Amino acid sequence: MSRLADKLARRQFVFTAEIAPAKGVDVSAALQKAEQLQTLDAINITDNQGACMRMSPLALARLLVEQGYEPILQLTCRDRNRMALQSDLLGAAALGIENLLLLTGDHPRFGDHAAARPVFDLDSVQLLQAAQGLIAGRDMAGKKLVTAPSFFCGAAVAPAAQPQALVLKKFSKKVTCGAGFFQTQAVFQRRHLETFMAAAASSQVPVILGVLLLKSVKMAQFLNQNIPGVQVPQDLLQRLDEAADPLLEGVRIAREMVSWARQYCQGVHLMTFGHEELIPQILAH
Amino acid sequence: MIISTPKARQELEALLQDCRTLFLIGCGSCATACKVGGEDEVFAAQEWLEASGREVTGSLILDEACHIMRAARELRRFREQLDEADALLILACGAGVQSISDCTEKRVLAAVNSLFVGNIRRFGQYEEKCSLCGDCILNETAGICPVTNCSKGLLNGPCGGMEDGCCEVETDRDCAWTSIYQRLEKQQRQGVFDRVVAPKDWSRKFKPGKLSLERSIVDNGREKHR
Repeated sequence: MSRLADKLARRQFVFTAEIAPAKGVDVSAALQKAEQLQTLDAINITDNQGACMRMSPLALARLLVEQGYEPILQLTCRDRNRMALQSDLLGAAALGIENLLLLTGDHPRFGDHAAARPVFDLDSVQLLQAAQGLIAGRDMAGKKLVTAPSFFCGAAVAPAAQPQALVLKKFSKKVTCGAGFFQTQAVFQRRHLETFMAAAASSQVPVILGVLLLKSVKMAQFLNQNIPGVQVPQDLLQRLDEAADPLLEGVRIAREMVSWARQYCQGVHLMTFGHEELIPQILAH
Repeated sequence: MIISTPKARQELEALLQDCRTLFLIGCGSCATACKVGGEDEVFAAQEWLEASGREVTGSLILDEACHIMRAARELRRFREQLDEADALLILACGAGVQSISDCTEKRVLAAVNSLFVGNIRRFGQYEEKCSLCGDCILNETAGICPVTNCSKGLLNGPCGGMEDGCCEVETDRDCAWTSIYQRLEKQQRQGVFDRVVAPKDWSRKFKPGKLSLERSIVDNGREKHR
């Protein structure tokens, strides 16, 4: 059992963050960032995030394992068909990677290879099911594996997306297909989290709240316009706009979200965009 | 209907560089409806070619360019004009182009790009509704195809990019899964949300597709038409 799985099973509050692999072959910056995040429970390694081509997350996740960190390997359905996904999953297990975050993936049109053919042979629900199959010793064709992998499978959810009832329907399917934890998209309105958790709590699956550090009003506006599923509401835009020190205000906002997480969720997933040094401040009670 | 658009004149110009004489073929079916290969477009192509110093040896509008045997029969009637041409310029979909390239040794040039199988909203406005995936799920999705209408073709619900019921890829378009959900709600049915939909069987779509009806079915149809 991974340390993350163990902690969540013991109902402890967990902390995660993420690292994007390099656009290139030098991993030193990524490993430096991992060092900054070493007090956290696990580190997500993103998979061609935002549909921009980067180094394989499998490679970086293994390097983190070698350094004693605990990665959460993100795997999307955008770039691989069912054979490639399963073979990467077996490879991950062989490389000592246990935590997974299984995702649909952003559409290529948002990325730097907009002419790429989107694969989506599986969706995230089916990928979860495939991973459960591998754990049970069978591939998607029903063929027996010589040795079965062991995984702690996570999934994503966007609690603030509307209609929320529809979001919950997909959430339920992911629970049915073996999601052992959820990491959420950033939620900026408490009532969205409240209503979501009121419905999701009965599943008993730990939810780790996405907390995003807003650095400025400009950044918040950029997120609203360019990042699917992220909507910073007007009142927060105003707070950032009027603040003497917008970054400090961003830290305050993030801290409020961490307090919601302590009330409703079982952890936080921090997205600090180069301001990892502010994590202790964000997590301060 | 096959929806297609004309290739840019610049691209055609480069394509026709070594062709001095051409025979033009349009299609009376989809290409006419899409305004890429009907009488008007074949005539316009002829004018353009002649203005650029080329000779058009003749032209023909096939009823349905996708009908291989009929295309061959029609082409035989124009043998002399075809023989005089350096190449055949086809103003029809990719299927039509290949009916013709199947029955001549001449160089066959495609003048249009085929886009999708489309429904017609109104004249000049076409929408893709069906991707011909070979494994129809419409009965469970309230008659809205997620394979086609969801940008990612997801089968088990919306992705994380849905915002206020709109698609992340084109934010002014409804998320297909919101439409499916709303229609199922109105019908008070669970539909596709009642089960985990298994991955699609793409083996039904191995290329090239081929279907041969049994002889008895074909003959039965002929009887009735008689």
